[in-house]
Amino acid sequence: MAATPADPSRAGSSLAATPDAAQVWAWLAEVSDPEIPVISIVDLGIVRDVRLAADGACDVTITPTYSGCPAMQVIADAITDALHAHGLQTVRLHNQLSPAWTTDWMSEDGKAKLKGYGIAPPAQQVIDISGLRAGRNANANAALTAISRRPQPRLVVACPNCGSTHTEITSQFGSTPCKALYKCLDCREPFDYFKCH
Amino acid sequence: MDNKVNYLLRLGDNALILSQQLSQLCGKGPALEEDMALTNVALDLLGQTRLWFEYAGELEGAGRDEDKLAYHRDAHDFKNCLLLEQPNGNYADTMMRQFYFDCWHYFLIVGLTRSVDVRIAAIAEKSLKEVTYHLRRSGDLIVRMGDGTELSRAKTQAAADELWMYSGEVFAYDAIDEAMVAEGIAPPADELRAQWLAHVAEIFAEATLTMPPADAWMQKGGKQGRHSEHLGFILAEMQFLQRAYPGATW
Repeated sequence: MAATPADPSRAGSSLAATPDAAQVWAWLAEVSDPEIPVISIVDLGIVRDVRLAADGACDVTITPTYSGCPAMQVIADAITDALHAHGLQTVRLHNQLSPAWTTDWMSEDGKAKLKGYGIAPPAQQVIDISGLRAGRNANANAALTAISRRPQPRLVVACPNCGSTHTEITSQFGSTPCKALYKCLDCREPFDYFKCH
Repeated sequence: MDNKVNYLLRLGDNALILSQQLSQLCGKGPALEEDMALTNVALDLLGQTRLWFEYAGELEGAGRDEDKLAYHRDAHDFKNCLLLEQPNGNYADTMMRQFYFDCWHYFLIVGLTRSVDVRIAAIAEKSLKEVTYHLRRSGDLIVRMGDGTELSRAKTQAAADELWMYSGEVFAYDAIDEAMVAEGIAPPADELRAQWLAHVAEIFAEATLTMPPADAWMQKGGKQGRHSEHLGFILAEMQFLQRAYPGATW
């Protein structure tokens, strides 16, 4: 994953005018996800907060998709490199675990780009932990509902190739933790599905 | 060593040792889908290990980061339960070990999301969706193998019986665990055990398996660093690089 290369003239001009948070968000929207390069880390919902401190430093808060996501270090480095290239001298990264990342944070634009790339975007929430997250008011039954083997509502996953919803799951797990393997029963194309999480 | 550091190391060591065991099956799974599932689960557990170790190392304040904790400790310093160091065996053994663990892990993590320690609660919240699909998957496979062919049923029942004596250690709380309960950091053993027994009974019934007696004698000692010889072999492979080339980095 290549960070935006440093461009001295551009960096110089950025330095002259202090950027605002919206500008930093726009720069971060150009940083690609290392595993799915068509979408940015902003599309994916990994960037949670951007703040410009009084001392001129930039604080960026990010959250991992999965606990074991091997791309997090690469993403952190890419953010730092991109902001340095835009003239921000001091970039401080913060890792936030709670609230836990969910595919609900993926932008509509990001979902469209995923589809164009041949990966079916997340359809609907399948692991509902809302009842468990409620802390002291947690519903005791929620813990059991989440692991029930009773039939779950059937997912409608459209083939990114032909658009047919006549598709079938091949494997719950795919090439990365965030994807499952599907196949289209109409155009016969196998494809990745970005799982709800 | 501080009780909380010890408790965090136990959490991390369970996840790390199981992750290492599952990683050894990479490229050897009985089907491509299973191979990917095993390594995906291993990766989730490795990520959770890092989060527990990172916190343990910070609290300890002795300059040990997650790599030092994983690679620079010997077997007697590992606090994982004996269940996790049991060999991969056949696929029924692998999946039964996973199911016994996942079931406890799931209810534990649900409990830890309510911990008074906000960092522990955050790590638990992050892990919750992962441990939920781990348990769905291992429970599903136990049903398919138990309620499968005569041979798969026999092997799955044998694995259930063989591993049963290692399933109770997670509920055998010592002074460290009890201190965590008293401080509101961890959920109590009896609550977890009741949830665990109920879910295992439900899955076993569907899998047409006979559940071994709940009051059977249980092995213990892993949490206190008394391990079977299996752990030494696991560490020999896992720690090889750092032992052969101390301090090697990428």
